Amino acid sequence: MSVQDVAVQKAAPPPTPTLRPRRWVAALQSLVLPLLAIITALIASSVFIIISDTELLALWRDFFAAPSIALTASAEKLRAAYSALLTGGLGDPVRIWEGLRTWLATGDNTAFIASLEGIDRTLVYSTPYIFAGLAVALGFRCGLFNIGAEGQLFVGALASAYIGYSIKGLPMIIHLPLALAAGAAAGAVWSAIAGVLKAYTGAHEVVTTIMLNYVAFRLSDYLLTGPMKRSGFNPVTPPVEPSAWLPKLAPDPLRFHAGFFLALAVAYFVYWFLWKTTWGFEIRTVGANPNAAKYAGMSVARNYIIAMGVSGALAGLAGTNEILGVNHFMAQAFSSGYGFDSIALALLGKSHPLGVVLASLLWGFLRAGATRMQSAAGIPIDIVQIVQGMVIVFVAAPALVRMIWRARFLEEEAETIFTRGWGA
Amino acid sequence: MAPVLELRGITKRFPGVLANDHVDFTLEEGEIHALLGENGAGKTTLMNILYGLYTPDEGEIYVRGKKAEIHSPADAIDMGIGMVHQHFMLVPVMTVTENIVLGAEPTRFGPFLNLREAAEHIRELSRTYGLEVDPDAYIRELPVGVQQRVEILKLLYRKADILILDEPTAVLTPQEVEELFEVIRSLVARGNSVIFITHKLKEVMTIADRVTVLRQGRVVGTTTPAETNEQELAAMMVGREVSLVVDKAPAQPGDVVLTVEDLHVLDDRGEPAVRGVSLEVRAGEILGIAGVQGNGQTELVEAITGLRPPLHGHIRIKGMETTWATPRRFFETGAAHVPEDRQRDGLVLSYPVRDNLVLNTYYKPPFAMGFLIKEKPIEENATRLVQEFDIRTPDIYTPVSNLSGGNQQKVIVAREFSRPIDLLVASQPTRGLDVGSIEYIHRRLVEKRDQGCAVLLVSSELDEIMALSDRIAVMYEGQIMAVLPAEATTREQLGLLMAGVRPETLSQPVETVEES
Repeated sequence: MSVQDVAVQKAAPPPTPTLRPRRWVAALQSLVLPLLAIITALIASSVFIIISDTELLALWRDFFAAPSIALTASAEKLRAAYSALLTGGLGDPVRIWEGLRTWLATGDNTAFIASLEGIDRTLVYSTPYIFAGLAVALGFRCGLFNIGAEGQLFVGALASAYIGYSIKGLPMIIHLPLALAAGAAAGAVWSAIAGVLKAYTGAHEVVTTIMLNYVAFRLSDYLLTGPMKRSGFNPVTPPVEPSAWLPKLAPDPLRFHAGFFLALAVAYFVYWFLWKTTWGFEIRTVGANPNAAKYAGMSVARNYIIAMGVSGALAGLAGTNEILGVNHFMAQAFSSGYGFDSIALALLGKSHPLGVVLASLLWGFLRAGATRMQSAAGIPIDIVQIVQGMVIVFVAAPALVRMIWRARFLEEEAETIFTRGWGA
Repeated sequence: MAPVLELRGITKRFPGVLANDHVDFTLEEGEIHALLGENGAGKTTLMNILYGLYTPDEGEIYVRGKKAEIHSPADAIDMGIGMVHQHFMLVPVMTVTENIVLGAEPTRFGPFLNLREAAEHIRELSRTYGLEVDPDAYIRELPVGVQQRVEILKLLYRKADILILDEPTAVLTPQEVEELFEVIRSLVARGNSVIFITHKLKEVMTIADRVTVLRQGRVVGTTTPAETNEQELAAMMVGREVSLVVDKAPAQPGDVVLTVEDLHVLDDRGEPAVRGVSLEVRAGEILGIAGVQGNGQTELVEAITGLRPPLHGHIRIKGMETTWATPRRFFETGAAHVPEDRQRDGLVLSYPVRDNLVLNTYYKPPFAMGFLIKEKPIEENATRLVQEFDIRTPDIYTPVSNLSGGNQQKVIVAREFSRPIDLLVASQPTRGLDVGSIEYIHRRLVEKRDQGCAVLLVSSELDEIMALSDRIAVMYEGQIMAVLPAEATTREQLGLLMAGVRPETLSQPVETVEES
């Protein structure tokens, strides 16, 4: 029997390459697990809400005497808590409706605008999360764990604040892009230090970026109390010129500004960069399999530096956004740990720009709702951090969620690379 | 008398795969029973069930006529079942004795080790079975064949008398294989029973008393070497007729394409791995490099393909100096590389078939315009190659991690062979593949040769080297022992050269390479 016969015998019907639909299904499926994780986290956090209330706890002690009292009281507490979270983060639908009716009837829109504060806060809080989350996600895609987003965020903020207040009289069309570019460039340079160290000496980026964080914090302490301090008592910079502000897009007291749309645009840019350019292809290949990348003729070292640099630029933009869009000056406590939360966001968003945007919106919503939960339902603000922590635990341990929900069908995804172990 | 071991109706399912489907298997006392099957046929799953690493979904195990529940390797060892894994489980920095007693350390006066007694016992065992080993030697200093003996001694020390050997010959020279077979014969002569897992037909014919063939998790049949032949076994294994010989016309060598001159390369530990290799590969010929794994072949290929900078020496491709070339420069000279470890170097497993097919050409038109990726040409390329190279995949968007080993290799072959190339460096191109894929890849390699491509083939499978090569270079400890024309070379000659016997002592060294 000759070789040719074998080939004929082997020829199966040629595989018909199907077009996209399968990928959409896959994309939707990848949302299921995070959603289940969030639901699980909310359920688990409910326990903490009940435990944190001493009166409720007392009722539970008498559970066997009067079970219904404990149950209804707990249900009432949870209802109050979660509805406060919802109205705090999204707004109260009744108030929005009433406000809209007044506006249409009388032309007075103050009530309507006030009713939008919840959603306004969510969007404003989400914006720096998007930038910083994208920074960490892009690092992950190259197999790099950029734990230094917080430090890059600080140097980005410093640079943009400096450009923002020191240059006067420029038109906005020049001043704003300049300030943004300065923030991004400062972040890029800061993180590229870690990238260069990794590429040429093998120094692990986790160590170097953590150390660079401290350098950035102390640098900002020094600058804010010294060279960049405004006259007066407080260690803050002079105010940024309005020509460098990210334009505000909603009337007072709302704070919604153009930074949100910039963040969405940057998220799209990151997607385009990673999936539609040869640079992105190289970065993802180095992240997925550095050996194969080397085999294929890519420079692993160069890609580490590029990815680290772009990651730092994104983190720098997170800081810049806060300075130019919200605070309009820089103070030491301007960041509430966006850079650190961003690691969680990249994980939750599966290192995909769209995922990061959704995760950031969730984070912004939880932060916005938390304030309201505290004031309206008397629940400590820390509970929201417990919710956030739980979400991360369940996202990081998908096996756990699968077990809880008996969702065996949710297979491990192939292309979720986080980072390799130490020294790898 | 009841068989020493009996498996009845063993079934094991993994998500989406039926790894074992009602497998029956018996092992008589004092028997060498070969378990033959392609990769993925379920041999290893079956043995892992027997060894307590998996629990079967259905089926029963009887050891010496009694029903056995095996939940862990410890249970298996208690019942006298021992396994030598394909990858040895030894601690290199410990001595033979220490490795053998590991996990069953003999002690006296409480926690104090009594290694002297153990060493004595080991010496006795090795005498009885003809397993020559120095109990005080360090593992890292021992050749692979001896390490394997240590693994077998480990089982004997634990009083195992049912021995499972998983692909034991994969890492041995032909001479070491002979020695191993002697050991196995002496084991069964003393009442032990051996299950010999393999996919090599020759070995089955040589050593086995009986052979059971597995295909796709099912037992195809049990027979004896006397009642069958290699051709028939291959057909049982694959499920269709296979041609075991490669048809090829005599080579028509042309100009020299690859020149290597006095090349020296260090390995990862900084030790010299390639020590003064010189060779030439001409257009239209296959130069096979034979040798036992770890004699510098990997480093030689890495140096040629730009993955590992050589210490000194010269590499030229079509007259162009490529000694310290990057992998990209290597490819751009019109060369291709089928890497030794396809999953580590050749593929990005998480990437779809589509992207893996342009892994090293993604930056060139038509796949990219400047820095922009052009998806349409990439997808057209993938669709075309999937058909042309018969890659079995649901579609071009499927991650290659979901493909079988044979189809993964076809992805690499498709990518490397579809470019216009003058030089092909193929390292272990069929390692771990099924007979069908091996046949296919061999045919493609010869086809490339006939198209005038220079082929450098590195393989530790002697049969592959002999079947494909026009000339054979034997590598031993970083040096080329001899370059011989394939048709005038015997297995025995190659085996001796692979074991480091100088060519001068061979009967007919045709063309030797002067040492530098």
